[in-house]
Amino acid sequence: MPYIPNTDADRKVMLDKIGVGSFEELLKPIPEKLRLKGPLNLPEALSEMELLREIEEISKKNSSLKAIFAGGGVYDHFIPQALNNLLSRPEFVTAYTPYQAEVSQGTLQVIYEFQSCICRLTGMDVANASMYDGASAAAEAVSLSAANRRKSKVLVSETVNPLYLDVIKTYLAGREIEIVTVPHAGGVTDYNKLKESVDDKTACVVTAQPNFFGLIEDIDAVSELIHNVGGHLIVAVDPIAAMLLKTPAECGADIVVGEGQPLGLPLNFGGPLLGFFAVKKELIRSLPGRLAAKTVDIEGKPGFVLTLQTREQHIRRDKATSNICTNQALCATAATIYMSLLGKSGLKRVALLSMEKTHKAVDAICSLPGYEVCFDGPYIREAAVKTPVPAGEIIDRILDRDGILPGIDLGRFYAGMDNVLLVAVTEKRTDEEIDMLVKALKG
Amino acid sequence: MDTPSDLKYTKEHEWLRIDGNTATVGITDYAQGELGDVVFVELPAAGTEVELMKPFGTIEAVKAVSDIFSPVTGKIVEINELLENDPMVVNRDPYGDGWMVKVEMTDTGELGQLLSADDYLKLIQ
Repeated sequence: MPYIPNTDADRKVMLDKIGVGSFEELLKPIPEKLRLKGPLNLPEALSEMELLREIEEISKKNSSLKAIFAGGGVYDHFIPQALNNLLSRPEFVTAYTPYQAEVSQGTLQVIYEFQSCICRLTGMDVANASMYDGASAAAEAVSLSAANRRKSKVLVSETVNPLYLDVIKTYLAGREIEIVTVPHAGGVTDYNKLKESVDDKTACVVTAQPNFFGLIEDIDAVSELIHNVGGHLIVAVDPIAAMLLKTPAECGADIVVGEGQPLGLPLNFGGPLLGFFAVKKELIRSLPGRLAAKTVDIEGKPGFVLTLQTREQHIRRDKATSNICTNQALCATAATIYMSLLGKSGLKRVALLSMEKTHKAVDAICSLPGYEVCFDGPYIREAAVKTPVPAGEIIDRILDRDGILPGIDLGRFYAGMDNVLLVAVTEKRTDEEIDMLVKALKG
Repeated sequence: MDTPSDLKYTKEHEWLRIDGNTATVGITDYAQGELGDVVFVELPAAGTEVELMKPFGTIEAVKAVSDIFSPVTGKIVEINELLENDPMVVNRDPYGDGWMVKVEMTDTGELGQLLSADDYLKLIQ
């Protein structure tokens, strides 16, 4: 199978054009010692049929899980087949964030619909065309806030996804911004500690709703604290659990970020994911990333454009507060299709079913000897459960023996939490699968 | 290009009109011409403290964004509300309705460092 389409004749035309006698002569400026001598140490090329057979053999080594009870920001929800059919249409599959934007009206319309869905979901005024993932969206939010407030201190609650905190630290490294983590008390942000840390140098507080332990935070209280010193409230939300809660806008959020994977994206071995990012209108000129807008042309016909590009680095240059100028187009399209297929009531039903099943599973697990709920607060679709032996051992054993992923080992992220398992149950899990999990944990 | 002789100027292309302790600040006709159509002017709220030659706001034109520097140290006592809905007034009338902020100066001695209209003209030619 010819992987390189150039013929010897094509090559000769190109070499003649630039006035070089041969391919060897073209490479002459490269020092001899840097040149490869002899062929690469690779096996012989395979035919297409042989290659397919080899890949099939390798793929048989994958183990296929019977049920997944792990969440932590990425969840195993059901994805309607219609989504995949629509998403694989060539117009969507090949759609990259447009540079010559207005020629791709369809792509812009999808982005506009995505932004509108995120605004409905969060209650915020304006959402961007999406970001890489929830973690980078959180880091961009912090960066926006520090630049906008011209302040150097950032508070991040320990109950925010620890991977988000890692990315925030990486993202802001080298900037003169102090990142202070606020501990939790009983699984939720320690209000008193937060109060001690907030001062007039504070640009923002980052919180999560629900938080990484699955618990509901008192966002209104945090809102009052941070707004009293003129800082921003940043809330990282789970879009499914959000269906059952007051919107972050109602809680006073200035910036809302989150992971959009639960909205119709597969687990994908952890990526690609989908970040969403929404702000109050006052921050529209600091919004990172692309922004599609609806307008009318000179004949009054509706159309879509990329707008407010003075925010972006090609105009703002070194004064830009972000250098993101792309979006996660295909994943955002998938989320838009998912939200459109399910609608508000469908999304709410997914959230309710997930909540019922999570509570059912957690109750059953906690009736086993040695297991109990780790924190007292209310939870929606995920809960931290104390285990009689280290959670990591339980996960390894059950994964191997039963083909079930029972949850996340919180000891990986928090000191002293080796015996805590974070369990999430989506609407996709059956009663039989929940029974299977409980049985597996028992023995 | 207009450079009124009764105003003071900075090399960052701001102008000042001095009235006792208060300085009205805007950007020059030359600056608005170089920037092109102004689409947004971001200004801090009245009451904000500003420092000599430190940026206190930004001006966005279609193809570029620039900082606006404070020509004096002091406190902003008034901002031009017109700019919010009609930023292009900066292009139409840079020395009149296109003013940006009024600053109550804490040190009028700083005024000695500013450029006269003639100095400024030399700078931009």
